[in-house]
Amino acid sequence: MDDAGATSGSRTFREGGTEERHPDPTSFVSLRINGNTHELRLDNRTTLLDTLREHLDLTGAKKGCDHGQCGACTVLVGGRRINSCLVLAVTCDEPVTTIEGLADHDRLHPLQEAFVARDALQCGYCTPGQICSAVAMLDEAAAGHPSHVTPPGRPGAGDPELLTPEEIRERMSGNICRCGAYANIVDAIQEAAR
Amino acid sequence: MKPFGYLRADRTDQALAAYAAHPGAQYVAGGTNLVDLMKLGVATPPFLVDISRLPLDGVDETADGGLRIGATVRNSDLAAHPLVRTRYTALSQALLAGASAQLRNAATTGGNLLQRTRCPYFQDTSKPCNKRAPGTGCPAREGVHRDLAVLGHSARCVATHPSDMAVALAALDAQVHLLGLDGERTVPLTEFHRLPGDTPEHDTVVRPGELVTAVTLPPPAGAHSAYRKARDRASYAFALVSVAAALTVEEGAVRHAALAFGGVAHAPWRARAAEEVLRGEPATEETYARAVDAELAAADPLRDNAFKVPLARGLAVRVLTDLAFRP
Ligand SMILES: Cc1cc2nc3c(=O)[nH]c(=O)nc-3n(C[C@H](O)[C@H](O)[C@H](O)COP(=O)(O)OP(=O)(O)OC[C@H]3O[C@@H](n4cnc5c(N)ncnc54)[C@H](O)[C@@H]3O)c2cc1C
Ligand code: SF4
Ligand code: FES
Ligand code: FES
Repeated sequence: MDDAGATSGSRTFREGGTEERHPDPTSFVSLRINGNTHELRLDNRTTLLDTLREHLDLTGAKKGCDHGQCGACTVLVGGRRINSCLVLAVTCDEPVTTIEGLADHDRLHPLQEAFVARDALQCGYCTPGQICSAVAMLDEAAAGHPSHVTPPGRPGAGDPELLTPEEIRERMSGNICRCGAYANIVDAIQEAAR
Repeated sequence: MKPFGYLRADRTDQALAAYAAHPGAQYVAGGTNLVDLMKLGVATPPFLVDISRLPLDGVDETADGGLRIGATVRNSDLAAHPLVRTRYTALSQALLAGASAQLRNAATTGGNLLQRTRCPYFQDTSKPCNKRAPGTGCPAREGVHRDLAVLGHSARCVATHPSDMAVALAALDAQVHLLGLDGERTVPLTEFHRLPGDTPEHDTVVRPGELVTAVTLPPPAGAHSAYRKARDRASYAFALVSVAAALTVEEGAVRHAALAFGGVAHAPWRARAAEEVLRGEPATEETYARAVDAELAAADPLRDNAFKVPLARGLAVRVLTDLAFRP
């Protein structure tokens, strides 16, 4: 293996040559997850979500819809939030952080603490996705990224004062909560942002 | 999902060669549409060529003061780019109005343009659909079509193209750059997506194996541009109708106007008839309404989507009015 990436099977592309007739439906994949490296041979069809849950026993990320519609599977790839149900593990060559990797040993991540303090969950099924999403959302806001409700002239929401409930709701709209715990989720995120 | 081989390409020539070497292969970029369609059994490629690491991820100013946007630039990065936010506001707004932050972080320029329709029959392999299985019929025409087309549809297909980004690009006179084994070519965005006609299986004019390499924008023509989207909920929903517009008003008259609708047709709908009416006329609500009516005279709604016509009218008049009042 040259890097943390994946080549198809043990093959790399041969210049000008043709690939074999029956391409290998599996690949050797090296994944860096929460600081640990995992090397495994996977069917190319395996999503990152299924790899985490079924192969690595990391069941924090949840499968809600499996079609990018709910956000329960949100994890961080290269520090960016994505829906792990729509990512093929074989395509993944950047470090992954899941909900299991947010705490610093016994110390919860400030967003985890805020969710507990503000009672920002009911059944808890959407919570790992909500928290991973919120971690990246605060980074995006700090980097000045705008949202759909940011006025065009204004620079992102870098200043926590600009992170209004309206901004938080829009920026978190990719995470659905079937229990409707939204009010407390917004409070928890606003608290953590300060 | 059907088993498939996989290759990550580092260069465009590798990607083109790998596609050619594997009949039925598909490119995958962010995967947010293709992986979904593979799970549904709608797409069954025996081989995926991963193009997400191609060196096509730049957003650069061009010599003429325009912008070149690489095919693998993530939708979130493009929306936040300072030049896009300030000079091509409609594009930034359209991107931010689409999907969710998670999806925009994965979705690419090329993939966004080439995403498939959200027509429910297209996504359900137990149903007939001329787009998915040519010749099987179009159940949407008499069935569930509230979200589908009111303009430019055919007896064979009434689907809409779901992209928000493409609607802004249509109003901003974007060009799409394509690369195939035969070389490069450039297609105006307004000719990139097709109307369904007798061959709804073809969404665009892209030839098999061609790569989208970039989208270029000319220097902004209108003083201001904006994008507005009407949908069933405030966020994370596809457009019922959307409007992208660029407008310059001088001494109370319309100097330049570009207008495009989304959610109404198989392609982003550039409203040339409306633009014709607007040019040189007083910048008033009355002019805007007259212009939009001239465009929408061609509308031919289906049983359950006639509401889209007044919605498009209201949205367009509102966007133009707001733009005229920008300092
Ligand atoms: C729940 C949900 C909600 C959504 N809501 C919205 C919305 O409101 N508005 C909106 O506009 N979109 C919406 N989307 C769609 C989303 O924007 C698209 O899925 C995304 O833009 C596709 O980009 P991608 O890079 O992931 O494409 P992929 O899935 O990787 O590819 C899509 C297609 O494009 C082809 N392709 C990709 N790149 C190239 C290239 N460079 N050259 C040639 N072919 C290429 C692939 O072969 C494939 O056929 C939504 C999606 C989901 C799942
Ligand atoms: S509208 Fe088009 S995509 Fe939908 S069922 Fe008819 S042919 Fe298929
Ligand atoms: S499980 Fe991935 S978005 Fe719902
Ligand atoms: S707490 Fe139950 S789904 Fe959100």
